[in-house]
Amino acid sequence: MSDYQRNMSLTGEPPKSLNAGQKIFTALGLFGLAILIIANFNVNFPDKTLWLSIALGSIIGGIVGFSWATYSGKSAGIKNDGVMFKSITSRGLWAWMAILAFSGFYVLLYFYPQYLGLVADGDNTGVIALFDPFSKFLSGNPASQWFVYGTLYTIAILSFGIKFMWKYRHNSYELIRTGSVMFFQASFAFIIPEIMSSLNQPYYDFKNIWPLNYDLFAGYKIDEFLGAGNFGVAMLIFGVASIFVITPILTYKYGKRWYCSWVCGCGGLAETAGDSFRQLSNKKQYAWNIERWVIHSVLVFAVVMTTAVVYSYLKGNESAMSIGSWNDFSDKVVFIGEQDQKPLHDVVLAAQEAGAAQVVYLDRSDSDQMVTLESKEGITIPFNVVKEKDNVQGIKQVNEQKQATLLPVDRSMADIKIEKGTESVIYDNVWLSKESFVWGVVGLLTLIFGLVMIFKRKELAKDAKIGAVAYFVIVVGILVFTYLDGSGKLFFFESWKLNKYYGFLIGAVFSGVIGTGFYPIFGNRVWCRFGCPMAAILGFQQRMFSRFRITTNGGQCISCGNCSTYCEMGIDVRAYAQKGENIVRSSCVGCGICSAVCPRGVLKLENGSMEGRINSDSVLLGQDPDLMALLSGNKNS
Amino acid sequence: MEHIVIIGNGIAGITAARYIRKLSDKRITVISAETDYFFSRTALMYVYMGHMKFEHTQPYENWFWEKNRIELKRDYVKHVHPETKMLSLDSGEQFSYDKLVIATGSISNKFGWPGEDLQGVQGLITRDDLELLEVNAPNNDICKRAVLIGGGLIGVELAEMLHTRKIPVTFLVREEAFWSGVLPKADARMISDHIISHGIDLQHEEELDEIIGDENGRVTAIKTKKGETIECNLVGLCAGVKPQIGFLASSGIETDKGILVDEHLQTNIKGIYAIGDCAQQRKAVGERKPVEAVWYTGRMMGETLAQTLCGNPMEWSPGNWFNSAKFMDIEYQTYGWVWAEPKDGNEHYHWQDEKNERAITVEFEIASRKFIGINTFGIRMKHEVFDNWLNEERSVDHVMEHLSKSCFDPEFYKKPFKKINTHFQNQKVPS
Repeated sequence: MSDYQRNMSLTGEPPKSLNAGQKIFTALGLFGLAILIIANFNVNFPDKTLWLSIALGSIIGGIVGFSWATYSGKSAGIKNDGVMFKSITSRGLWAWMAILAFSGFYVLLYFYPQYLGLVADGDNTGVIALFDPFSKFLSGNPASQWFVYGTLYTIAILSFGIKFMWKYRHNSYELIRTGSVMFFQASFAFIIPEIMSSLNQPYYDFKNIWPLNYDLFAGYKIDEFLGAGNFGVAMLIFGVASIFVITPILTYKYGKRWYCSWVCGCGGLAETAGDSFRQLSNKKQYAWNIERWVIHSVLVFAVVMTTAVVYSYLKGNESAMSIGSWNDFSDKVVFIGEQDQKPLHDVVLAAQEAGAAQVVYLDRSDSDQMVTLESKEGITIPFNVVKEKDNVQGIKQVNEQKQATLLPVDRSMADIKIEKGTESVIYDNVWLSKESFVWGVVGLLTLIFGLVMIFKRKELAKDAKIGAVAYFVIVVGILVFTYLDGSGKLFFFESWKLNKYYGFLIGAVFSGVIGTGFYPIFGNRVWCRFGCPMAAILGFQQRMFSRFRITTNGGQCISCGNCSTYCEMGIDVRAYAQKGENIVRSSCVGCGICSAVCPRGVLKLENGSMEGRINSDSVLLGQDPDLMALLSGNKNS
Repeated sequence: MEHIVIIGNGIAGITAARYIRKLSDKRITVISAETDYFFSRTALMYVYMGHMKFEHTQPYENWFWEKNRIELKRDYVKHVHPETKMLSLDSGEQFSYDKLVIATGSISNKFGWPGEDLQGVQGLITRDDLELLEVNAPNNDICKRAVLIGGGLIGVELAEMLHTRKIPVTFLVREEAFWSGVLPKADARMISDHIISHGIDLQHEEELDEIIGDENGRVTAIKTKKGETIECNLVGLCAGVKPQIGFLASSGIETDKGILVDEHLQTNIKGIYAIGDCAQQRKAVGERKPVEAVWYTGRMMGETLAQTLCGNPMEWSPGNWFNSAKFMDIEYQTYGWVWAEPKDGNEHYHWQDEKNERAITVEFEIASRKFIGINTFGIRMKHEVFDNWLNEERSVDHVMEHLSKSCFDPEFYKKPFKKINTHFQNQKVPS
């Protein structure tokens, strides 16, 4: 980073050394980490439960003890002494070592979990094996790399959350907000999904909202929800409502902070473990320009990818393929549709293993070619093929659980009689047709684009308008073109490829390796600021349609720059405060630190009326009233 | 094109430059000997404490100046020649102007103490002072103890700064409580207690007698008026500031304590103006002092003068008095006037919480019950609300009743207003 400079004349001997308590607890925390590292070299610990407890206990004790040694002896107040002198918090040697360690861990986690001891068929080894007892205790399943990660992530948020609370103990907003992120991480992100998984329910973190949770609408996930009965359907509905109903309402009332710094897991880590790195965000104007293009491009990518994935799911390509022993089909009639990836024989066999009474293949095509099983090996339940056009009435009755008679394609076979009350499972997704889905997406995008262009055009900067129009035309154009060309590949790519690229580039590299691994260099919100598509949506609404703003206090700003320095989103808060303007920015996550570090009480996070929220014509208070009017008149002209 | 030259790139000079640019197309040059770019002087302390790097104190990116056609010149003005409209610069250059704005700010007060020019004796105003402090007091090895003279806002900043590097600080204050020349007794005592609670050796009613140096001309100790000798390696001069006007001697520009200006901020010479700390009003505005070394005042003078220079002659007419500061962990704001002793016919009302972290003092007229001003400690209040109340000449009862409307504390903070109100009502009952 070119920002890095060491001004020899202005750095002296700083308050940077660790006190005795800090050293002891650092050693304790490192001891805990060392156990995990040793375990990863397959040193066999006699009692895994005991050693895991010792390791995690040492890490927690180290962090909490360090906080105690740091803050307990100091009076309540802002505690940024020496931040710019310490190597780890000012891009010194320790910071570079730390990013090697952090991002290295993420590379192993995402791409080489086998080096953490993940074994697909068989017992885990390495550090993952050390977590097996704990995972089995929670969900009954052996640990995975994600369980190890989730546990460490939760521990980081909880223990560094305590550190943060100690540091800002005079500030009620920070205390409550931090309590909130700690709660949501521990319960919604960690414990509840594990428990649901132990109850054979889909693994679902309710607060992880699409598009941050980019796989929420992937075929396998939808099948998991649909396969879990009413509860699963409720979860799916909640997932859709989260982004289209709940999120807009809460963002209107409170700004995006309700999510980004009160609920979200990424935000939770950034605000707690990442708090020491908030000053490293780039405040320069060019960084803001890059931010606006990159984050909105990621959002477009997420929308395109999800559209393609859902579309391909609705085609039926993935539906019946996903049937497996995890489905509960006992005594049900399973209807499957066209699918061309997994042999039909395997699908029927899978349904049989899941307890299906019989399998009916619903042929929607007009072709006269008969669909047949490749072989009947191992299949003991009845299998029939019916044409949809011959059985419209019958299928309707099946759906209503009435008695029905279906005519098989093979007229040599007897009619298929289905008793009243027989439960059927339809794996052909007739509930949402691909046509209505694609046109629904086009309609929704057009609606949002249209509303913004009609009502909020004046609030968009020139480059924002260009970007919006260009992206809208390109995305909708390609969507309609590729839909109509009949190739079946929306946006020219096979959906699973788009999903894979997105998962690699955005899900793994951007949010993990760079977003979190690079905290000590780029700051703690690099993902949230430049990459998160969810933050882009919330931010867009926050800027256009929300009651949230940061107000400035008359003429009291002294331009000191604490607010800008400690803004983790790289907002030049001072630029607004020294002009007496409210801060209404897409990226603001409402962490409240600008207000906390302000030595003159100038900044306040507020929800108020939309009227006059953006006051770029404001004039600083303190002058003769005539001058104020005159200046604002000049600025308006 | 008219060429406006501004001497000094502090808040007054830079605000003038920015507003002249907003209002006109004139050529603007800002000359400074201190730094290449504008920085916020109020933030110097945070650089020493490690909260910020020096670059963080610069409110505008470096490209800002060229983009807005504000020419910056790093040089020192040695003489002003009004008759030829020329400046003699330290580099030897002769620099011409059409109109001149002097915004050279302040320097530390010195009162002729023996040893006041020794090495290790300094104030904290300029960037050079900050660099000097890194030499004089980088750590508690080199600076075993620091003594601060005079209890103003710079003094308490310096105490907080040195404290972060674990340098023991002795703080000599002439008054019986911190800043009690400005703050009412109860407020001043609370701040004194707060400073002491941080481990600062705050000594009241104590003054500097002389500064003692070694054979190398470095300070080794000071002697107080009461006769105590305190060994130290740094003496911080914080007994107020005075206008920096030495370079104007023999220029023909009239000065007293500061550069004398009329209501249009113009000196005795047409086309030469003075703003900020260095200016002295010939006729003081309201209750304000003729020389007002306050950051906000510098900024507002810059705004006003820009109007005058751009064809809209405007008198210096600041609105209601306001100010703010932070004493270690306690934030202070003031709106309207609260005098150390109530003015004739006025009275103070004081409230303080049990923990001595929050307090207010209100001054009001006894007869009319008119609200005159408020000091708040540890409670953030809205500038705009008080400005309106002062303009509307509200009664103290109205203000106290509606105090919660002025609250600017962050969300979820425990609000003290009910307590204050009850306390205020109880006080009103004649005993």
